Amino acid sequence: MSRSQINKIKNLAFKFFAIGCTSVGLIVLLVLLYVVISQGFSRIDSDFITNLPSRMASKSGIYTALLGMVWILILTVCISFPVGVGAGIYLEEYGKKNRFANFIEVNISNLAGVPSIIYGILGLELFGRFLGFGNSILTGSLTLSLLILPLIIVSTREAIKAVPKSLREASYGLGATKWQTVWNVVLPSAFGGIMTGLILAVSRAIGETAPLIVIGALVYVPFAPTSPLDEFTVLPIQIFNWVTRPQAGFVTNAAAAIIILLTFTFMMNGIAVIIRNRFNKKTKF
Amino acid sequence: MYKLEARNVNLNYGEKHALKNISIGIESNTVTAFIGPSGCGKSTFLRCFNRMNDLIDNVKISGDILIDGRNVYKSKIDVDEHRKKIGMVFQKPNPFPKSIYENVIYGLRINGVRDKALLDESVERSLKQAALWEEVKDDLKKSALSLSGGQQQRLCIARAMAVEPSVILMDEPASALDPISTSKIEDLIYELKSKYTIVIVTHNMQQAARISDKTAFFYLGELIEYNQTVTMFTNPDKEQTQNYITGRFG
Amino acid sequence: MAKVKEKAIEGFLICCSLITVLTTLGIILVLATETIAFFREVSVIEFFTGTEWTPLFANKKFGILPLVCGTLLTTSIAIAVALPLGLTIAIYLNEYAHQKFTAIVKPLLEILAAVPTVVYGFFALTFVTPFLQSFIPDLSGFNALSAGLVMGVMIIPYISSLSEDALRAVPKSLREAAYGMGSTKLQTAFRVMVPAASSGIVVSVILAISRAIGETMIVAVAAGQEPKFTFNPLTSIETITTYIVQVSMGDVPQNSLEYRTIFSAGMALFIFTFLLNNISFFIKKKFQQRYE
Repeated sequence: MSRSQINKIKNLAFKFFAIGCTSVGLIVLLVLLYVVISQGFSRIDSDFITNLPSRMASKSGIYTALLGMVWILILTVCISFPVGVGAGIYLEEYGKKNRFANFIEVNISNLAGVPSIIYGILGLELFGRFLGFGNSILTGSLTLSLLILPLIIVSTREAIKAVPKSLREASYGLGATKWQTVWNVVLPSAFGGIMTGLILAVSRAIGETAPLIVIGALVYVPFAPTSPLDEFTVLPIQIFNWVTRPQAGFVTNAAAAIIILLTFTFMMNGIAVIIRNRFNKKTKF
Repeated sequence: MYKLEARNVNLNYGEKHALKNISIGIESNTVTAFIGPSGCGKSTFLRCFNRMNDLIDNVKISGDILIDGRNVYKSKIDVDEHRKKIGMVFQKPNPFPKSIYENVIYGLRINGVRDKALLDESVERSLKQAALWEEVKDDLKKSALSLSGGQQQRLCIARAMAVEPSVILMDEPASALDPISTSKIEDLIYELKSKYTIVIVTHNMQQAARISDKTAFFYLGELIEYNQTVTMFTNPDKEQTQNYITGRFG
Repeated sequence: MAKVKEKAIEGFLICCSLITVLTTLGIILVLATETIAFFREVSVIEFFTGTEWTPLFANKKFGILPLVCGTLLTTSIAIAVALPLGLTIAIYLNEYAHQKFTAIVKPLLEILAAVPTVVYGFFALTFVTPFLQSFIPDLSGFNALSAGLVMGVMIIPYISSLSEDALRAVPKSLREAAYGMGSTKLQTAFRVMVPAASSGIVVSVILAISRAIGETMIVAVAAGQEPKFTFNPLTSIETITTYIVQVSMGDVPQNSLEYRTIFSAGMALFIFTFLLNNISFFIKKKFQQRYE
């Protein structure tokens, strides 16, 4: 066989190998979904959703975990959204090219790479102990807000960067101040990108388990929280708890809860993608 | 007193000496054309008058720029307030991705004007002045981006006029437009002369000849000649001007 | 008046940005103060060189090496999976695949990164381990192998996305030069593109390693809670992250030495990932200029 024939065969072999590699990830995903759905789907009924957790697998439900998740979600958005967008606006519109802004950028890159469990440790000491919020929803939300802040800041910056300079010039030319330009021209145009980033960040937050475990979110919560200072649990922690129990019934419960969690996660990601596509079409510059 | 005046203006972009000792006096209610080859500094100089060059990093300006006798760079003026007195129209139409109505009233809104009757009246007046009213009056809520290029540019002109500035600066306003839109805008400029002082940067010498009273020829950052348009184009003083106008370079 | 408003708004925005700085300071302070208190009672040498970690037992030993070992073991398995797969995918998408194929595959791979890690832990424990046990009978119920493999699949998109970006940043002229000489796609990819994009690829691997080291739930569920100084992937081990979870869930009194182990372990974890992340930033910055 000639050299070039060997090369052609190698090329083809690689092509097949690469398609195989690509498939591995997708196959694992499909198998995972199959395993989870086949084990857990039948367990999902109205009892499962409205029951409190209990010692008996068949009587256990995810009610408190769902409530906790909603509380955490809302509070985290309320805290992280203004701070994240605010920081993003500052870095893109106000602070360009000064040492301070540069330093913050480097800092944010670092924070994005810190393991989530470390945020839990920070939250435990700072919010739980030092500020005295204990293992409450407030501590959990503050902790998760810090965790997803870098994500929101980065996506806000990207969205703002995409707004063409010509629009800003038009606004300044009419005598608008910097903030007027940001509020009336830049933010409305960047809105889609900012929203997408927020939803993706929050979708990540609701899947987080480790930081909440460290701040002391309870594993067994037989009551519904009524204030941000109440103790709480969330779906991922409930899943973790059930997975570690030996009785078969709890594994089924875990699978069922996973289906609910994945539904939320995929729904949020899907909405984010739809928003991203719609806004990309709308504001074609 | 000149409406717009420059004395010994020098501007540097970092290392590059973009404007060299420019001095000029422009009278009220005239149309002045800045002509010259690409990169000669005419747009840069135009943007000095409303301090748009402040938006670029690394820019150093010296000399005096005066509007109605007030020094724009030295005296304690509020830049934003100053810009409200000067309208600017850019080369590529840049309407906001909002409705036609919202675009026109933008300048008024950021000034705190809320009265709907006032805003409506201002919209109608500005769009009529920009010769766009008849074409859009039936649907002012339509997105500005749905208009054609020529219409968008006239919208930008209307937007600039809504705040009733006394000076309008135009940076190659018709260069991105088709001939019909261009001629509409040229007619417009001619009509506006009675109310505004207009400075227009243009690449198109025939355009300068058509619409301006006086013309300034720039080359490599220097003001070579400034004269009545008629004189510039038939009997210029400087040889360089003659060469540019007859197409020997550019 | 308007000027005051402008300044106030800018001040608010600066404060928002400062929160990120405060976060970093907070992390460092919290970890440092408790770690220093920890080292008043435990010798530094024992911590870094001891091979037994039993802070919660009666006979307390504080050598962190078993946890480090467990972390390294699972991370190595994960990278052994993710690197070849991720890089191959990146090369394929960049060199071979059609636009449409890439447009479909990339988002699908991103889904892998979006799945909550506790779900992966469930998968590793309830499916992968029994599956592997059917042909590796020595595999214990909790083991590093299942966790490592699943973690590897999870971080494939980290390597594939970033490597693909790095490959895309290589100037077309290089690729055209290779094809112009009659190279096959394979040769172009491996002899020209990959070396040219090597710094970006290395960065992606380092970041993936950092991600794997910091991963908690997959190992907490599937890898076990027995700190062992071993490189055997078939047995149960404990990682730094699992240990922190374990102690947090227990009834350890605050301000005790056992409680402080959370922080000393956390400090070790933080230092590892911090170093890796900054090395990768440094490499990225240093080699980015090449093709500017």
